[in-house]
Formats: sequence, structure tokens, C-alpha cells
Amino acid sequence: MSAMPGVVAVNTFREAVRDRVLYNLVLFALMMIGAAILVGQISLGIERLVIINLGLSAISIFGLVMAVFIGVGLVYKEIEKRTLYTLLAKPIRRSEFLVGKYGGLLLTLLVNTSFMTLGVGVALYYVGRPFVRADAWILVAVYFILLELALVTALALFFSCFSSPMLSALFTLGIYVTGIFASDIRGFGEFTNNEALKTATTVLYYLVPNFHNFNVISAVAHGEAVPVALIWQNTLYAVVYAGVVLIAASAVFSRRNLK
Amino acid sequence: MSAPAIEITGLTKDYPVGFWRKRMRRSLDNLTLQVEEGEVFGFLGPNGAGKTTTLKLLTGLIFPTSGTARVRGRSIDDVRMHRDIGYLPEQPYFYDYLTARELLDYYARFSNYSATERRARVERFLELVGLTSAGNVQLRKFSKGMLQRAGIAQAILHDPPVVFLDEPMSGLDPIGRREVRDIIHDLKRQGRTVFFSTHILSDAEMLCDRVAVLAGGKLQGVGAPNEIVSVEISGMEILFELREGEPLPQALAKAVAIGPRYRLEVPESELYYTLDRLRGCEARILSITPVRPTLEDYFIRIVGREQTAVHAVEGMAR
Repeated sequence: MSAMPGVVAVNTFREAVRDRVLYNLVLFALMMIGAAILVGQISLGIERLVIINLGLSAISIFGLVMAVFIGVGLVYKEIEKRTLYTLLAKPIRRSEFLVGKYGGLLLTLLVNTSFMTLGVGVALYYVGRPFVRADAWILVAVYFILLELALVTALALFFSCFSSPMLSALFTLGIYVTGIFASDIRGFGEFTNNEALKTATTVLYYLVPNFHNFNVISAVAHGEAVPVALIWQNTLYAVVYAGVVLIAASAVFSRRNLK
Repeated sequence: MSAPAIEITGLTKDYPVGFWRKRMRRSLDNLTLQVEEGEVFGFLGPNGAGKTTTLKLLTGLIFPTSGTARVRGRSIDDVRMHRDIGYLPEQPYFYDYLTARELLDYYARFSNYSATERRARVERFLELVGLTSAGNVQLRKFSKGMLQRAGIAQAILHDPPVVFLDEPMSGLDPIGRREVRDIIHDLKRQGRTVFFSTHILSDAEMLCDRVAVLAGGKLQGVGAPNEIVSVEISGMEILFELREGEPLPQALAKAVAIGPRYRLEVPESELYYTLDRLRGCEARILSITPVRPTLEDYFIRIVGREQTAVHAVEGMAR
């Protein structure tokens, strides 16, 4: 396996760090401290539930914002600023460049999410409970958030290969929202007597990523276990889906003339 | 026999223009050219002639509509070709959050050097382009000239046998231009092929073994600078001084005063007649030089012809 994507990935991560992307962690930390203090004072017996719900939702939203708004600029910015010209003159394939950019943003999201998870842990500890075995499922919920972000990043990268950041962000967020409600949309289609609508909603259901399956925040907050089969299923789904999207992105980008 | 350094055959590039009704505009038209190993080759042409398009095609940034090109026998589609080339784009822009040292280190990583070799190379090339003291400064604080130097360093960092430079002197002060000329001379001494585009004709005349002139996307001429401008003398230039207080004789009225001296250009057939006149007024003759057409004259003639042709075609279309 070529080392080229790794070189690009590390530089993409460095760019995010130097562009102060990780400063959002400060905001997150302040939010968790505030929540922990507040919850400690007003909640009776549901501190854990509130902190986990709030913390994991914040991790998901912060990550989503980063994945979309950095993801849509990953390729576009390199083309606009013409930094890609010198890079693609080196012995690197365009597909390797794309995988590198993708890997770099995933690394940024991983570091960001890890620090945030730590923040949730500290807040949980602060609200006065020793950790229990069920808290381990929080890590699974975080893992699912990361898988979700990996899918969103792949989509954002795909659109950024041929579209402006504004449109790419709209497309990516559109697919994200559709993906969350994919099951409901399919259900709606099945309720109707219109065969065409039924087919269309079924196709849409299979086409967009089913983000609903990645959300176990509520269950985990209530101390429920996550089925092991779901972990495997989501992992496989995310890997295959992101892989297909990256292959499509590579096919588009490999034919693109750089103006 | 080894393959030519660069072999271009019928390279053509059309771009779509217009939003709703797309039309194709030809940016490069059937370019066929060969550059030998070790040559410094100048690619001349006015803005919009197709120079940058050619360089982008050769470096794989855009794809040809038709035609092929090979660098050292390898097709431009082949990623391995990129190991043999270095490229400086026109007005280069780099990751401005990196320092010059980090930038070169980043690019060196694509050539699989060991960490020690990479560090040594980075320092060597920073020194070569005069950026050692600015090595730890972020590129966002660099001037245009400094960016150009960093760009040249990244293009030759991995000792590529073929170097493509798009307007390498652009944005540089006279000292910077001199340094770039020295670098190109060094590359030639090392046996590398340098293919560079420029519209600074004196640089091309000074540096190039051969030049090609491009106008309107079409190749207008290729050859050694002195070959393509012809060796024919177009006149004689006489530099002279008159005695103090002596007025300029009427017969020499065409002479142009340059401080205390005069410069006069006459046809070769009138040289001796003019010299007699100068002797008659006891002028001091400082120099007599044959006037040959310069590359600039050739360039302007070619480009002017092409532009006239374009205007004629546009006129007919109307």
C-alpha cells in the first residue's frame, strides 16, 4: 500500500490544527462544565441521563458541523488556492490524494471526538457517580457517531470534487437529514397506494445512508446495552458505503480538468 | 537510442465556454514538439497563447482533447512519469500555514527519502534559493518573490531530470531573476532538461538552447534563438561624440542624443558615407556595431501576424 495518502492525511490534520479547528473543544468543555454544575443542582437522580444525552448529542452535532463544513472544502479549497497544482505534479494518484484528504479529516474528527468523550467522562464523574459497567456503552455510542461522521465526510468529499462548498454543504446536509428519516420515508411510501411513490421511497431508502441506525444515544443514556450484531452491522455498512462513495469521488475527480 | 526528454505529438486542448449554450474554445492547437535531454527550452508567447495549458497538460493537471505526450518515454497518463518531473506553476500558492522548511519536507515525503536524507535535502535547497533564514517563517508571511523561490525549491528538491517552470522569473526582483537564471544554468550543467515558459525575451535569449514561439494556441516557430531570428544584419549602429560646442551637422540629424553622446543607426550601405561625414566634423567615433534583429523583434512580428489573422477572421465572421 502506498504511503502517499498517509502523507496527505497528516498534512490535512496539521492544517485543521493550525486553522484552530480544534478550538471548538474549548466551547465544548465550557458547555460540559456549565451543564455538569447546573445538572448537579437541579436534577434529581437523572444527572447521568442528562449528561450523557447532552454530551453525546453535542459530540454528534459538533462533529457533524466539522465533517460537513471542512469536508466540503477539502478538495475545493486545494483547487481554488491552486495548492493542488504542485502536489499533483508529484508521484501521487488523484485517488491517493482523495483518500489522504479523507483520512486527514477523519483523524481530526477522531482526535476531536476523543477529547470530547473525555470531557463527557469528566462531567459524569463530577455529577457524583462512580463509573458503572453500563457506562462502557457510551464508548459504543461514540464509535457509532464516528462511523456516522465517516459517512458524512465521504459524502462531503464526494460533492466537493465537482461542486462549490455552498452546494456541497446543502447536498450533504440534505442527504444527512433524508438518511435520518429514511425508514419513515419508506414507511410513508408503503402507506400510499401509489406504486410509483412506493418504489421511489424504497429506492431512496436504500440509496441514502441509514443514519437512524447509528443513533443509540438515548438507549445508552438509559443504561441499555447495544446489541453486538448492531456494532458489526453498522461497521460493515459504514465501511462499504464510505468505500463506494470514495470510489465514486475518485472516478469523478480523476477526470476533472484543474482550471 | 534514448527517448527524448519531452515528446509532444498533436496535443490539442479545447475548453467549453458559455453557461447555457456551451461552445468549445481551442486553447492549444495540434502542438507537436520534441525537447532533447539536457536542453534548456524556452516556451514563448503572449498571454493566452497556450503556454500554461501546455504545461498543465504535460504535468497531468488537465487532460488533452486529442494528441499525446511523453516525458522520457513515459506517457503523461502514467503516474511514474511524475517521478521524473519537477513543476513550478505560474504564481505558485502553497499551504500558507506551513513554514518553508515544513513545505519542502512535505513535498520531499513524496519521494520516499529517509528522514536524514529528507532533512539534508530540505536544508540544501533552502540554501540554494536563499531561504535558509526564512525557513521557519510561515508562508503566509512570505512576499511574492519568496514564494517563487520556495516554488522553485520544491520543483527541484527531488533532482528531477525534467523541470517544468511556468514563468519562473515572475514576481522576482533583478537579484532574484539573476539567481533563478543561475539555478537554470546549474540545472543545465547537471544535465537536466529545463522547459520553461516566459514572456521575458532577454531571459530566453540568455538561457535557452532552443525556443518555441506560441501564439493563439498554435506553434509559430522552433529553433535556437539566433537561428530563428536570422543572422542577417539589419543596419549599423554608430556611437559618437562631437567636439565641445560643435553643433550636430544637418546630414546627421537622425542621430539621437544620449547625454554627451549620439547614437545613429544607418543602413549598412551608408556606413562609409556616414563615417566620412563624422570625420568631416571631427567627431570621435566610440563604437560601430552591426544591428541584428532580436528575439523580441521576431516575437513581435510573429505575434502581430497572428493577431492580425485573428482580427481578419473575426471581421469575416461579422
